[in-house]
Formats: sequence, C-alpha cells, structure tokens
Amino acid sequence: MTSASAARSPAPYDAPPAGHGDTLVIVPMYNEGAVIAETVADLRSEFVHVLCIDDGSNDDSARLAGDAGATVVRHPTNLGQGAALQTGFAYALRTGPRYVVTFDADGQHLVSDAVRMLDLARRGDADVVLGSRFQAPARTVPLPRRWLLRAGVLFTRVTTRLDLTDTHNGLRVLTAPALRVMDLRLHGMAHASEILGTIARHRLRYVEVPMTVVYSDYSRAKGQSGVNAVNILVDLVLARARYAR
Amino acid sequence: MIIKILLLGGLLYAAVFAYRGAPGALPLATRRLALVGALGAAVVATVLPGLVTQVANLVGVGRGTDLVLYGLVVTSAFLWIGLYRRLQEMEHRFVTLNRAIALERSTGSTTGSDEPGAAVAPPRPVR
Repeated sequence: MTSASAARSPAPYDAPPAGHGDTLVIVPMYNEGAVIAETVADLRSEFVHVLCIDDGSNDDSARLAGDAGATVVRHPTNLGQGAALQTGFAYALRTGPRYVVTFDADGQHLVSDAVRMLDLARRGDADVVLGSRFQAPARTVPLPRRWLLRAGVLFTRVTTRLDLTDTHNGLRVLTAPALRVMDLRLHGMAHASEILGTIARHRLRYVEVPMTVVYSDYSRAKGQSGVNAVNILVDLVLARARYAR
Repeated sequence: MIIKILLLGGLLYAAVFAYRGAPGALPLATRRLALVGALGAAVVATVLPGLVTQVANLVGVGRGTDLVLYGLVVTSAFLWIGLYRRLQEMEHRFVTLNRAIALERSTGSTTGSDEPGAAVAPPRPVR
C-alpha cells in the first residue's frame, strides 16, 4: 500500500506501468461508506490514480475514500451514476491519462480483473475492454438476474448490433480515443446501454473479457431492482432518437 | 369520421413530437398562435354555445361538449410531452452545472495539464 499523501501529489500519467501511472480508475459512489475504504485500498495496492466521484452522498463516503488514498470529486447534489461516470470522464479529459478504468464502489469487482483487462488494452487491439460475468468459469449469477441481463444482451444486440454476452457490467477499460467520444446524457442507470451505443456509433474496437462479479449481501442490497429495467428501457427509447448524432 | 382522422392525426403528431421534438422559432411561433387561437375560440364558445355543437356536428361529433373534451385530451398530450422535454433539458443543465462545480472544487489532485472548460459541455439551444 502506498501512503495516502501520495494521492495529493500524484505522478504525471506518463509514468511507466509500475503502479499503472498512466491509468485513472474511476469509481462512482453514492452512500458507500460501509465498503468504500476497502475498495479504494484494494485499488490503491495496484493503481496510483484512483478517482472517486461522490454523487452527493449523505454519509462519510467522501472522507473515507480520501483517507484511503483516492482523489475525490464531489457532486454538490445527487445526479445519478451515469452523471458520476461522465464527471469522471471529464476529469480524465482534463488530466489526460492513457487509460481509464471504470470500477464499481460496492466491492463487486476484483482488482485483479481490472489489471488483466488493462493489460489487454495495452496491447492496442481494442479501444474498449468490457468485462463479462458470463464468460467466467464460475456461474455465480443469481438466476433471475441472469434472465434479466440476458434480456439486456438481446436488446443491445438488436439495437446496436454489438456482439456481447454481458451488457450491464460496470468494469471497463477505455483508451484515450474511446474516452474522447464519451458524452453520457442519460444521467441515471441507462448509461451502460448508452456507453455501448457510443461504442457502436463511433465504431470503436471492443473486446469482452471474462471477469468475476462478487455478489455479496451488500451488493445485492445496493444493486438496482430488476423492475428498473422498465425505466431504463423507456429512457433509452426516448433518448435514442433525440440524441442520435 | 372526420373527427377520427383529426384526433388520430393529433395523437400521432404528439408521438412524433415526443420522439423527435423540434427546437426553433417556428414551433414556438406555432404554439403561441395556437394559444391565441384557443383563447379566441373559448371566447366565441362562451358567447355562442350553440356554435360549438354545430362545429361538432360538422366533424361528426354529437355534442359540442364532447368535441371540447376530445380537443382537451389531445392538447394535454402535447402539454405533458412539452413539459417533460423541458424538464429533461433543465436536468441536463443542472447536471452540467453540478459537474463544473464538482470539478472546480476538486482539491490538489489534478495531474498533468489543467485546462478549465475542457470538461464542461457546451450549452444546448433552448427549446
């Protein structure tokens, strides 16, 4: 573990891959006080630059994340996860990392998966590396969730023609070209589909990589209910034509 | 029969309006003229209630009251959609403003170059 003070004056992004100094890890968070310290500490064991976007939490998430060594950007009010991600992208555009990793705050993702995906991105064959829980050997996804996600996959295939097995996975690696075209306008939970829509529209090269989603009681409670799929669908249908470029 | 075409046409246009929308001067002018027209029609209908029924019969509706009701339904569809769109636009500005403030306040953490403004989306035209 690096000391927390290192976060206050981080090295420039052109640092060599030791500590992945050319990479910014973006962690959107909203009231994650119970887990955020551990998530950030785990990330900081591998990554120098960890950025937590605090989406107007009511708890002490921001302080805990900062103490654990993350840079924290705080939304003055709660805006939604999509908005938090886009704030992270905007921060990245200002500071110019070569790679951006998006990582969930609730402990669902493994740092080792992120590193593996980043290594793949470094090879330069893809603009975006996407995680898939359905390519991993251990099928630990709860059954109803699996059906719902499969519906999401089908929807994505029909609307974007992307060939993916998991369309709602928060673990991604974006390269600079992908980062430049991201402009999320669906501030709520439909951003996963919006990111894929952007990939399709700009013909970004993408690759899907097996990873593990850890379903804890905490993440289950924090995660969205399946009913939200309806809301996401409506958001997408209304937005797709409106923002079509 | 005529009323069916009119109502279906109105609803269809409302659906298109929801989907595509039309910012700009012409729709705004249309809306304002429609408002003036509706006020004028309301005045006429108040003074000459029988006229409404005559118009209703003309388009194949039994009572003038029913015609007014149908018109109200279609009009309210446009109202809801217009308000929804306006709210979306406002929300987007709110998010953009929030983001700008958040990035402005992020302390002692910027790495490499720091170009203010690069992160803020340009304003979108008013509808």
